[in-house]
Amino acid sequence: MSAELCDLPAHELAPRVRRGELRAVEVLESTLERIRRVEGRPPSSAPYTPEPADRQALHAYITLTAERARAQAEAVDRAAAEGRDPGPLAGVPLAVKDIFCVEGTPSTAASRILEPFVAPYTATPVRRLEEAGALMLGKVNLDEFTFGSSNESTAFLPPPGNPWDPARVPGGSSGASAAAVAAGEATLSLGTDTAGSIRQPAAFCGVVGLKPTYGRVSRYGLIAFASSIDCPGPIARDVTDAALMLNVIAGPDPLDATAAAAPVPDHCEGLEQGVRGLRIGLSPDYFRVTFPDPASGGMQEQPIEPEVEAAVRAAAEVLARQGAEIVEPVAMPNTRYGVPAYFVVSRVEAASNLHRYDGVKYGYRHPGAVEDLRALYRKTRGRGFGPQAKLRILMGLYVSAAQYRQGYYQRALRVRTLIRRDFEAAFDRSAGRGVDVLLTPTAPTTAFELGAVYGNSVLMQYADLLTVAADHAGIPGLSIPCGLDGRGLPIGLQLLGPDFSEALLLRVGRAYEQATAGAPWRRARPRVLEAR
Amino acid sequence: MVEPTLPTGSEPIPPDLFAHLVELAALALDPQEADYLRGQLNRQLAAIRELEAIPLDEGVEITSHGVPYTPAISPPPRADMQQPSPQADAILAQAPETEGRYIVVPDIPHTDLS
Repeated sequence: MSAELCDLPAHELAPRVRRGELRAVEVLESTLERIRRVEGRPPSSAPYTPEPADRQALHAYITLTAERARAQAEAVDRAAAEGRDPGPLAGVPLAVKDIFCVEGTPSTAASRILEPFVAPYTATPVRRLEEAGALMLGKVNLDEFTFGSSNESTAFLPPPGNPWDPARVPGGSSGASAAAVAAGEATLSLGTDTAGSIRQPAAFCGVVGLKPTYGRVSRYGLIAFASSIDCPGPIARDVTDAALMLNVIAGPDPLDATAAAAPVPDHCEGLEQGVRGLRIGLSPDYFRVTFPDPASGGMQEQPIEPEVEAAVRAAAEVLARQGAEIVEPVAMPNTRYGVPAYFVVSRVEAASNLHRYDGVKYGYRHPGAVEDLRALYRKTRGRGFGPQAKLRILMGLYVSAAQYRQGYYQRALRVRTLIRRDFEAAFDRSAGRGVDVLLTPTAPTTAFELGAVYGNSVLMQYADLLTVAADHAGIPGLSIPCGLDGRGLPIGLQLLGPDFSEALLLRVGRAYEQATAGAPWRRARPRVLEAR
Repeated sequence: MVEPTLPTGSEPIPPDLFAHLVELAALALDPQEADYLRGQLNRQLAAIRELEAIPLDEGVEITSHGVPYTPAISPPPRADMQQPSPQADAILAQAPETEGRYIVVPDIPHTDLS
């Protein structure tokens, strides 16, 4: 089967569109046709009754903005025809996680409480992508306010399916972003990562996801979850596209004081330099998980899925054959505390950020009569928030209460220091020690079945155990596909590096991609594309 | 530094404390949902208790941001200037209930502190 335009990478599409050899409108038509083929019924906040057909489709887009994308495509084609440069992402279809404000679009955060909200302004990274010539196709589903690792907590159902097996989750919280990109419903997606929300769904859906260094990409216009951790970043089908997209969205922003003033390198330059001479670390602390045993209540340690470990170790051998030096074992002893610390830090920040939703200024408001303003707040928030948002608000209030703050919140922030120190020690190259990057699995398992974990908020959070440490530390992380398990589900590997080392991570990822270009698993296509 | 003792037992958040949190959170809950949420909170706290076992010496400061904001990467502060928003009407248009350019709310409860 020859590739359709919607299956081509941005780094092939954009140069052809810029040279006037291909019309952006044709790329758009191809992508809209793919959406019609795989999307299924649109997600909605109406009472939901599952139907068997739902599990054959993806349900990625909460809002499709085909006319906006068409106007953008026509503008790109006009610019190319008139000899003006339409930009580095000219004609590239883009899906935006519905946690970003985009002027004139419903910006729901997948929550009932923001369902009526139409953003009056556009988030900086989205604005930069549109200015670079990308075609903004619509807003895609996520866990409510990004609270989850499976995309099942969205208020807009059916939940998105995994393109490799729609009866399984695409991961979360940027689940529909990863699913849409994997299935050709978009070429690129803008996601966010607070505990693994770009990398884990990228791994589950067999695509590339990059969580940049905290501050590398502006958060202006991102609906906040945990403001000290949230990171916007690219989801793409290959490493080069992720680099291209990062080039466009990265850099300082006068509208976000936490956007770092660090210079932005060209992430595409040096991408092909290979890994010869690099020291790549493997840590035993990323090949096991410690989590609460539901039966006993105690902590239980177990190895990650053997197929996942085998795929990551095989990837290390591939990189070794390319000239990298594999260093093992690298001790990362505080990795296991990432989730408990996150349970505290992220909840305090979430509770604070969610106080603004009150039914007064914007969004959903309880429609009936109420006795006073307090009752309006309670009824609006009781109906507007789903259970995951409520849990985060309540836990945030509890662990930040005066009598427990020292024991919970302050302690969690100090544990975060230990997690950061693990990385600083691992990446300390003085005296010939340390490693340039760490190579780990992205997630302990491949995609699980819909309904298998949802409802158990503790186990769901532990799905992030191998990704959340990088979020605490602020360092960048890249997830790329590294094979399929016995059920044909994608496995992801994760590369972690020091602050602002995105170019290095992408270079290692690209080297792996090139070395495995002929591997049989690379020829497999998501089931949702084969079956129709 | 002596840290305060945290609540112990299988239910660190009993129903009365939960009701207080729900009031602070301004959430109207039905009883079934309240039971589920309280159960989940107590399970999450069991996981969080793992933090208590970690030895933390005096030298371990808090990390509020993973990446240190050194002068080299910190953006300069913006000029402190007042400027009218060009989007006042678009923002007001988002309010669920307005009267002219006012946002309408129900009665605001007052507590007499005297």
